[in-house]
Amino acid sequence: MSLDHHLDDATLLQYACGNLDEAFTVVVATHVAMCDTCRHAVRQAEELGGGVLEDVGTAELEVGSFEHLMLRIADQPAEIAPAATVPHVSGDVPAPLVRHLGPDLDAVRWRSIAPGVRKHVIKQNSASKSSLYMLHIAPGMAVPEHGHGGSELTLILSGSYTDVFGTFRRGDIADLDEHVEHQPIVDGDLPCICLVATEAPTRFKGFFSRLLQPLTGI
Amino acid sequence: MQAAWRVDEIEDNSVPETDAHVLLMSDIAGNQDREAFKALFLHFGPRIKSLMLKSGARPEQAEDIVQIVMMTVWRKVHLYAPDRGSVSAWIFTIARNARIDRLRRGSSQAYTDIDDLEIVSDEPDGEDRMFASQRTQKVAKALSELPEDQRQIIQLAFMEDISQSEIAAKLALPLGTVKSRMRLAYAKLKNKLEDLK
Ligand SMILES: [Zn+2]
Repeated sequence: MSLDHHLDDATLLQYACGNLDEAFTVVVATHVAMCDTCRHAVRQAEELGGGVLEDVGTAELEVGSFEHLMLRIADQPAEIAPAATVPHVSGDVPAPLVRHLGPDLDAVRWRSIAPGVRKHVIKQNSASKSSLYMLHIAPGMAVPEHGHGGSELTLILSGSYTDVFGTFRRGDIADLDEHVEHQPIVDGDLPCICLVATEAPTRFKGFFSRLLQPLTGI
Repeated sequence: MQAAWRVDEIEDNSVPETDAHVLLMSDIAGNQDREAFKALFLHFGPRIKSLMLKSGARPEQAEDIVQIVMMTVWRKVHLYAPDRGSVSAWIFTIARNARIDRLRRGSSQAYTDIDDLEIVSDEPDGEDRMFASQRTQKVAKALSELPEDQRQIIQLAFMEDISQSEIAAKLALPLGTVKSRMRLAYAKLKNKLEDLK
């Protein structure tokens, strides 16, 4: 798929390091599953990880470490790594998201949070401070303010929206830091469904969003 | 562009270490060669342990993670594709995933899903064909040529497994500065790797 909006290089590196929290990791991986460009870029970032591993120095292993390893391997035999089981994109939900959502966007259980705006919170396995959820926004509606001053990732799964950065379609990702103000409007006749990770609020943006916050429940 | 990688093209006995790693991998994959595996273990084991200690593992935990990582290497060795990346990058990703699962009590499932996609789709990545070893040399050079302030941030991010906000706090830098140094370092690496095309 050829896409217009990609991950920030700093986010991509953090993903390669493995130090994003669960919510951000899921959104990045879902974009990477849909985006050949970023998949290639992640592989290059992982080369940096390889370079750092060569440079990290050595720590002495325990005596007999290798023999111990071979015994462990012999004890748990024949567990050859299974062949890949995950389809490239099953239905309209990309592989890394299927585990959290199921294979079908139509089966998502939405909760209405404001006129034209529905939300589905995705359960996380770890006690993550960031939130992970989906938004379903009707055509012509504005995507509600959801960053609260931390960084946020918004990945389009269906439909499209437009803001000052351009038009975002299926697979495109908005990788925004805390300083960005934008007001996306859903285009066309179809609702826009997006997957969102937001960092825990670090500061309030202003009186107006504070006022809006309890209303939208975001 | 490089020709596709083939074992029988590498016959020189004086192969650089990184070529040697690719050869070891093919011996392990082809013949379940224990001696080859031991050589790989002796190179990477102490480095993985060092990485885990820097990430905050206790010594016995670090030792256990080394074993888990190398067990995964043994079992998944047939999935390593030299045209997709170097041996050290591949082993780094396995160590990273083990660190997430064992040390951070998180889940590396999203990463293994992406690996599976790559195996399933198996797109010929024409732009990316390059000997694994050449890639390793380019990366080592890129790292060594980074200005100190950028290298420090890359090392903290990969070695100590701390987030960019934690790096910012640790170095008393604005988050934006940390991010821009990460971007600069990564851009230099990309340039080095593009050179080979
Ligand atoms: Zn992308």
